[in-house]
Amino acid sequence: MKSTGIVTGIVSNLVTIDFTGHVAENEICYIDLNGVKLMAEVIKVNGNHAFVQVYESTRGLKIGNTVEFEGHMLEVTLGPGLLSSIYDGLQNNLTTMEGVYLKRGEYTPALDLGKEWDFTPMAKAGDKVQASDWLGEVKEGWLPHKIMVPFSFKGNFKVKSIVPAGTYKASDKIAVLTNEKGDDREVSMIQKWPVKVAVGGYVEKPRPSRVLETGVRTIDTLNPIAEGGTGFIPGPFGCGKTVLQHAIAQHSDAEIIVMAACGERANEVVEIFTEFPQLIDSHTGRKLMERTTIVCNTSNMPVAAREASVYTAMTICEYYRQMGMKVLLLADSTSRWAQALREMSNRMEELPGADAFPVDLSAIISNFYARAGIVTLHNGKSGSITFIGTVSPAGGNLKEPVTESTKKAARCFYALSQSRADKKRYPSVDPVDSYSKYLEYPEVCEYLDTKVDKEWTEKVNHAKTIIRRGKEIYEQINILGDDGVPISYHEMYWKSELIDFVILQQDAFDPIDSTTPMERQEYMLSLVLEVCDKKYDFKTFEECSSKFKEIINLMRQMNYSEFKGEDFNKFQAQLYKMIGNE
Amino acid sequence: MNNAFQKTYTKLDSITKATVSLHAQGVQNDELAKVAGRLAQVVKIKEDLVTLQVFAGTEGIPTNAEVEFLGEPPSLNVSDELSGRFFNAYGDPIDGGPRIEGEHRFIGGPSVNPYKRKQPSELIPTGIAGIDLNNTLVSGQKIPFFADPDQPYNQVMAQVALRADVDKIILGGMGLSNDDYLYFKQAFEGAGALNKIISFVNTTEEPPVERLLIPDMALCAAEYFAYDKNEKVLVLLTDMTLYADALSIVSNRMDQIPSKDSMPGSLYSDLAKIYEKAVQFPDGGSITIIAVTTLNEGDITHAIPDNTGYITEGQLFLRYDTDTGKVIIDPFRSLSRLKQNVIGKKTREDHGQVMNTGVRLYADAANAKTKLENGFDLSDYDKRCLEFAKDYSNKLLAIDVNISINQMLDTGWELFAKYFTPAETGIKQKFIDKYWKK
Repeated sequence: MKSTGIVTGIVSNLVTIDFTGHVAENEICYIDLNGVKLMAEVIKVNGNHAFVQVYESTRGLKIGNTVEFEGHMLEVTLGPGLLSSIYDGLQNNLTTMEGVYLKRGEYTPALDLGKEWDFTPMAKAGDKVQASDWLGEVKEGWLPHKIMVPFSFKGNFKVKSIVPAGTYKASDKIAVLTNEKGDDREVSMIQKWPVKVAVGGYVEKPRPSRVLETGVRTIDTLNPIAEGGTGFIPGPFGCGKTVLQHAIAQHSDAEIIVMAACGERANEVVEIFTEFPQLIDSHTGRKLMERTTIVCNTSNMPVAAREASVYTAMTICEYYRQMGMKVLLLADSTSRWAQALREMSNRMEELPGADAFPVDLSAIISNFYARAGIVTLHNGKSGSITFIGTVSPAGGNLKEPVTESTKKAARCFYALSQSRADKKRYPSVDPVDSYSKYLEYPEVCEYLDTKVDKEWTEKVNHAKTIIRRGKEIYEQINILGDDGVPISYHEMYWKSELIDFVILQQDAFDPIDSTTPMERQEYMLSLVLEVCDKKYDFKTFEECSSKFKEIINLMRQMNYSEFKGEDFNKFQAQLYKMIGNE
Repeated sequence: MNNAFQKTYTKLDSITKATVSLHAQGVQNDELAKVAGRLAQVVKIKEDLVTLQVFAGTEGIPTNAEVEFLGEPPSLNVSDELSGRFFNAYGDPIDGGPRIEGEHRFIGGPSVNPYKRKQPSELIPTGIAGIDLNNTLVSGQKIPFFADPDQPYNQVMAQVALRADVDKIILGGMGLSNDDYLYFKQAFEGAGALNKIISFVNTTEEPPVERLLIPDMALCAAEYFAYDKNEKVLVLLTDMTLYADALSIVSNRMDQIPSKDSMPGSLYSDLAKIYEKAVQFPDGGSITIIAVTTLNEGDITHAIPDNTGYITEGQLFLRYDTDTGKVIIDPFRSLSRLKQNVIGKKTREDHGQVMNTGVRLYADAANAKTKLENGFDLSDYDKRCLEFAKDYSNKLLAIDVNISINQMLDTGWELFAKYFTPAETGIKQKFIDKYWKK
C-alpha cells in the first residue's frame, strides 16, 4: 500500500503535505494536478506534515490536491544505452520528448528496454557472485559494457542459470541467482540505484598513483590531476571555465566522460551535443559522443532537479567504474547546485549559515567529492572516477562558502585569474596560485619520472621557479621602472614570459594547439628550458625583450604546427640558429 | 476569464507595503486576483491563508478591501496586431489604440527543451567595431551592457537595435525615465521602424513591483513571433538592475532571509528564467536579448551584475576614453561568449587573429601608459604601442564607428603594419603572408 497525502501549503516549489501512512526522508512522491503528475522529493518530515521540493513548476497547484508516495528514493536506471544519451537532472531522456517546449509532468524512460544487445556471458552456472560482479558483456557502441549483479543485491549468490551468448532485449532475463536462503532472483541488463547513495561493491580505494592526461599543458605539465583524483576550477565569469572544461572533456584520455551541466547556460549544452557527435577522440579515433553521457539541468529548468542532476551524473559514473572503466566527471557548476540548496533551505525558513547557505553545505560538498576515486574491484581490476567541478564564486571572491568548502574537499585547485583573462592569456589558470596536491604523492612523482622523462619533476620545478621569479620581477619593474632593475632581471622576466606564452597559453580553438599529448609537452618544456638555460649577454633591456619576443614568436609558431612536421622542424631550426645552437 | 463561481472576499488578514494576506478557499498557486481593483498575484498559500503580491503597491488598501480571484496566471493576448504598439506592464495599450485581439497566453511559460535548441550561429552585424570585431553578437544570444548610470547605454542599445537585421524589436522598459521612454519612441519613429517594434514600458512614475511583469510580457510576445512565426526577434531589456531591486522588495516584505547584497537567494534562478528565453529555434526563428544592467560605480561584484554575468553569454562595457574623447566599447572587460561560433566561420578567416592581436597590443599600450604615468622612460616599442592605441581606439573601438566587418579587419591590418613588425604581432605566418599591408 502506498502512502498518500494532500497538499496543505505552497511557496514556490516547496510544498507541504499532510500524509497518512509512513514516508521516508528523500522519498519520491507525485502530486496530482488535474491529471498531470508532478514529481517531488521529501526533504523534511514533522509529525504528519511532509515538506517536499517539487521538481516542476507549481503554477496552478491548490490546497487539497492529492499526493501519492512511491516508497523509494530518487533512482536512476542503469544499463547499456547510457552512453550518447542526453538526460535532464532526473534522467529523463530529453531526446525522446515531444515538442520544443518542456511539458510539466512529462517523464521519458532513460533507456530503451526493448533494444537488443549481443550478450556474451562471463560467468557460468555454479559460480559464486556478489553485488557488482560481472555476469557478462555487451558491446555498447565499441565499448565493452559489463552486465553486473545488481548493486542492490545483498550477500552472496550462486549463479543458478545464465543465458548462452546471443541477442537479447535489455529487459530480458539473462541470469537467475540464488541467495544464501535459497531464494531465486532474476537479473536483466537493467538495474536501478538511488542516486544519493554511493555505490559500493569494491575491495578498496587506494591512493591515486597515475596521472590523467587532459591535453591541457598548464594542467598536465604544471599541476597534473591524478586518475581517480578530484579538482576544482573556481573563477569569475568570463575567465574561461567552461571552455577549459570542454577542452578537458574533448582531449582527456578517460574512457567515459559524464558531463553534468548543472544550472548553467542552455547554449553551452547545445554546443556539446552539436559538436561532440562530430569531434573525434584523439586517443581512440572514435566519435567523442560515443563515450559521453550528458546530464543537463540548465539554469531555467526547475531548481530542485538541479540538485538531483549532480547525483544522477555521479551514479552513472559509479556504474561504469564498476566495469573497470576510467571515468571522468565534469560538473559545471557546483555553485549552482549549492544555490539550489540555499533556495530550499530559505523557503523552509531554516537558520542560515554564511551567505544564507545551509549550515551543512561543507559536509554535503565533501561527501560528494568523496564519491570520486580509484577502486580495486572484487576481480582485482581497477576502475576510477576523476572529478573536476567548477565553482562560480560570487563576485569572483574566493572567500565565499562554496569555494572554501570545495577547497577542503578537492585536491587540485585551478584558480582562474581575472587579470590573465583580461590580457586574453588563456587558459587563464594562474600558475602560481594553482596547485596539485598529487605532486606531494611520491607514487605520482615516480609515475611521472618513469612515464614522461626521468628528470620530469625536476624540470617542472625549474619552470615553476622561473615563473615565480618572473612574477616578482614584473612587480619590481612596475615600481622601479625598466632602468631601475639590472638587465639580468629583465632576462629572468622574459624567460617567464617565454614559459607563459609557449607552455601555459594554449589556443583552445586551434586544431593543433588545442590538445598537447604528454610526449609533446615533454618535448616543448625541455626545449623551452634549454632556451632559458642558455647564457645570454644582453647589453640593454630592449635587446633582451626584442630577442625574447622573436623566440616566443617562433615557438608559438611551433605550437601551431604539426608535431615534428615540416613546419615544426623549420621553426625549430630557425630557433636554434637564433640562439646560436647547431 | 471571470469565473461565475468565484467567491469574493472582503476581509484582509494582514497588509505590508507589497503584499496582502487573507483566508480563502480553492486558490491556485500563481493565479491573479484583484485587490480593491488592483492586480495581485498569489505567491504563498498555507492552509487557507493566501498571500498576494500587489503589483501597484498597497497604499490605501483597507482591511475590508474586495478581493476577487481571477483563476489564472498573468497573460497576454498575442497576434500580429502587437506590432507597432505600446503597452504597460499588464499588457494594456498605453498608446490610445484598441485592445489586442488574439490568442490568450500565460506569460512566464515553460522552458525550451535544451535538446531541441539549435546552436546559435547567425551573425548580427551592428557596424560598431567594438562589438562586431571584438565581441561579435550572434542570434539567440543574451548579453547585457554593464554601464554606469551616466553612460549613454540606452542610446547605444537603440542604435544597435536599429542597425541589427531583425524582424521584430521588443522593448521591455523597467523603471525607464519618461525622457528615456520618449527617446526610444522618437528613435524608433525616426528610423521609420515603428511597425516592427513592440514596447512594454514601466516608467519611474509607476509602482516598482509592476516591473516584475515586464520581462515575461516582452518575452511572451517574443516567443509568439520567434516560435509561431519563425521570425528573428531582438528583445531589449532596460534596466535589469531595477527589475532585481523590485524582486528584493517583494522578498523582503515576505520576510525571506536575504543573501548577498540584500538580494533574494533565488536571484540567480529568477534572472536565468528571463535570460534563458534567448534561443535559436530549429525552424529559423530566434530570440536575442540585449539587456542593460546599471552598475554602482563600476562595481561588478555586486550580486546583480555578478549573477547576470554567470547567466548571460558575455557582457559589454562602455568606457569614456580620455585619449580620444570618445565613448568606446572596452575591449578588456567586454566579452561575447558566442563569438567563436561565427568568427572565422561566418566572417573572414583572419578575424580571430586580428581580434586577439589588436586587444593584446592595446593591453601593451595600457602597460606603457602606466609606466608613463609612473614617470618611467618608455621604450621605442612602448611609444609605438601608445600611438597604435590612439588610432585603434578612434578607428575601431569608438561607438560612432559604422563599417563592415571586412573593413574592420583591413583597418586592423593597416594599423598593425603602421606601427609594428610582423614578429611583434605574433600572428600565424600564413595570415601574415596573405594580409600584411606592405
